[in-house]
Amino acid sequence: MAKRPYKILVVDDEPDVEPLFRQRMRRDIRAGRYELVFAHNGVAALERLNDEGKVDMVVTDINMPEMDGLTLLEQIPSVDPDVRSVIISAYGDMKNIRTAMNRGAFDFVTKPLDFDDLMLTIERTLRHLEEWREALQSRDKLVALQNELGIANEMQQSILPTQFPQTDQYRVFASMEPARDVGGDFYDVIRLSDGKIGLAIADVSDKGVPAALMMMSSRTLLKGAAIGSAGPGLALREVNDLLYNENETGMFVTVFYAVYDPSTAQLSYSNGGHNPPLIIHHDGASEMLPLTGGIALGLAPELDYEQNTVTLAPGDMVLFYTDGVTEAMNDDKEEFGEARLQSLFNGSHEHNPEETIRKVFDAVHEFSGDMPQSDDITCLTLYRSEAGS
Amino acid sequence: MAITTEREGETLIAMAADRVDGANARELQSDLEEAIQDTDRTVILDLQQVVYISSAGLRVILLTAKALQRQQAKFAVCSLSESVREIFEISGFDKIIPVHSDRAEAITALRE
Repeated sequence: MAKRPYKILVVDDEPDVEPLFRQRMRRDIRAGRYELVFAHNGVAALERLNDEGKVDMVVTDINMPEMDGLTLLEQIPSVDPDVRSVIISAYGDMKNIRTAMNRGAFDFVTKPLDFDDLMLTIERTLRHLEEWREALQSRDKLVALQNELGIANEMQQSILPTQFPQTDQYRVFASMEPARDVGGDFYDVIRLSDGKIGLAIADVSDKGVPAALMMMSSRTLLKGAAIGSAGPGLALREVNDLLYNENETGMFVTVFYAVYDPSTAQLSYSNGGHNPPLIIHHDGASEMLPLTGGIALGLAPELDYEQNTVTLAPGDMVLFYTDGVTEAMNDDKEEFGEARLQSLFNGSHEHNPEETIRKVFDAVHEFSGDMPQSDDITCLTLYRSEAGS
Repeated sequence: MAITTEREGETLIAMAADRVDGANARELQSDLEEAIQDTDRTVILDLQQVVYISSAGLRVILLTAKALQRQQAKFAVCSLSESVREIFEISGFDKIIPVHSDRAEAITALRE
C-alpha cells in the first residue's frame, strides 16, 4: 500500500521561508514523501491544523506577530494531540528553548537554519511519530482482544446454573472461580425423568475464546444426551461421537457425568478422562470414587464409556472438582494435589454442600498465596441428607 | 525453543522439559512442526524431563499425533515421569497415544 506523504506545517513570518523550504525539500516533495503547508503566524497555523486535515508535524518559529510559537505550542494539543512539533529558535536562546520543550515540543533547531540538520530532525521526529502510532495501534488491538475475552468470560459464567436442587433428601451446590484467561470449565445440573438428577463437571483443554466456544457446545450436547439417553455411559458416548466429528482443532473435554436417583440413593457415573470425585462420609473418612477408565471426549470416535454405581449412605458428600483444584501451585511449584484435598476433610462432618466448596476454595487460595490463578477452579457437591431416606 | 531434538537413524527424537502448560504449549507446537520433516517416518517425544503437562500440552501431543498420522509416520511418547503418567492415565491419553517406558523400548516398538 502506498503511504500517503507526511504533511508538515511550517510556521514562520519571514516571507522567504516558503520558497526556501520548497526549494530545499523539492526532491522529497516530488517523491511523495512530504507535503508542505505554510502559515505566517500562530493563529493562521491553528486554522491550518483545523482545515488541512491530518497534519503530522509542525515546524515553527518562535517570534511571530498575532500569536508566537510558544503560545502556538500550548494550543496545538487541543486541536490534535498527536502532532509533533519542532521549534526554530535563535542560537543560544536557552530560555525559549526550555519553555518550548516544557510545552511539549519534540525537538528544536537553531538559526541560521542548517537544512541538513533540519532534515535529520524532521526524519527523526516522524520516525518517532510512526513508532508512537504503532504502539497506539497495538494498544487498541490489545484492548479489543481483552474486551473479547471479557465477553467470552461473561458467556462462560452466565450459562452456568446458579440455582440448585435443595430437597429433604439431597442438596446440590456448584461454583466456579474463573482464571484470568478465559478457561473452559463448566458444570451442569440437569433434571431428568423420575426425579433423577444429572450432575456434570467438565474441563475443556486449553484456554481462550476457542475453549469457551468448545465448552459451550459440549455443555449443550451433554444436556441433550443426558435427557435422551438411558445412562451416563451412553450419554458420554453420544457426546464423544458428536464432538469428535466436528473437531478439527484437537481440543478435547474431560467430563465426569453422574446420575443420582434420590429414591434409591444410587449414584451411577461414567468418566471421560476427568479427575476422580471424592466421596466424604459422615465420619470424615473419604475415598476417591473408582474411575471407569473412559477417555477424554473428542479424541477418538466410537468409544465405549463404562459405568459404575455406588450407593450413598445418609450424610455422604460427593465432591466433584476440576484440575484447577488439584493442580493449583504454590510459589515452591508444588501442586495442591489429591492428598491435600482429601486431608481437608479428615474427621470433619460435612453437611452443607456450599460450605464444603467454600472450604476447598479457601484452602486452595491459602495454598497458592500470591501465585496467579492459572486455571479455572470448579467444584460441584452432592449431599445425601442424614434425615431423608 | 521448547524442545531439543536429535536423530537416531531414521528416528526423530524431540525432548521437552520442565512444564508444558498453557504458557508454552503453542511454542511447543510450533517447535515440533518445525522440527518434523515431511520425510520423517518415526517420531518420539521424550518426556523424561517434563514434570507437569496440562491439557493444553496434551492437545499439542494429540495434534502432533494426528499430523504424523496424515503423513503415515509413527509416533510415540516415552519416559513419562510419575505425575505425567498419571495425567495420561486419567485423561485416557495412554489409550490413544503409544506410551513407552524408555527411549530404547520406543525405538524398538516403532521399528516393528
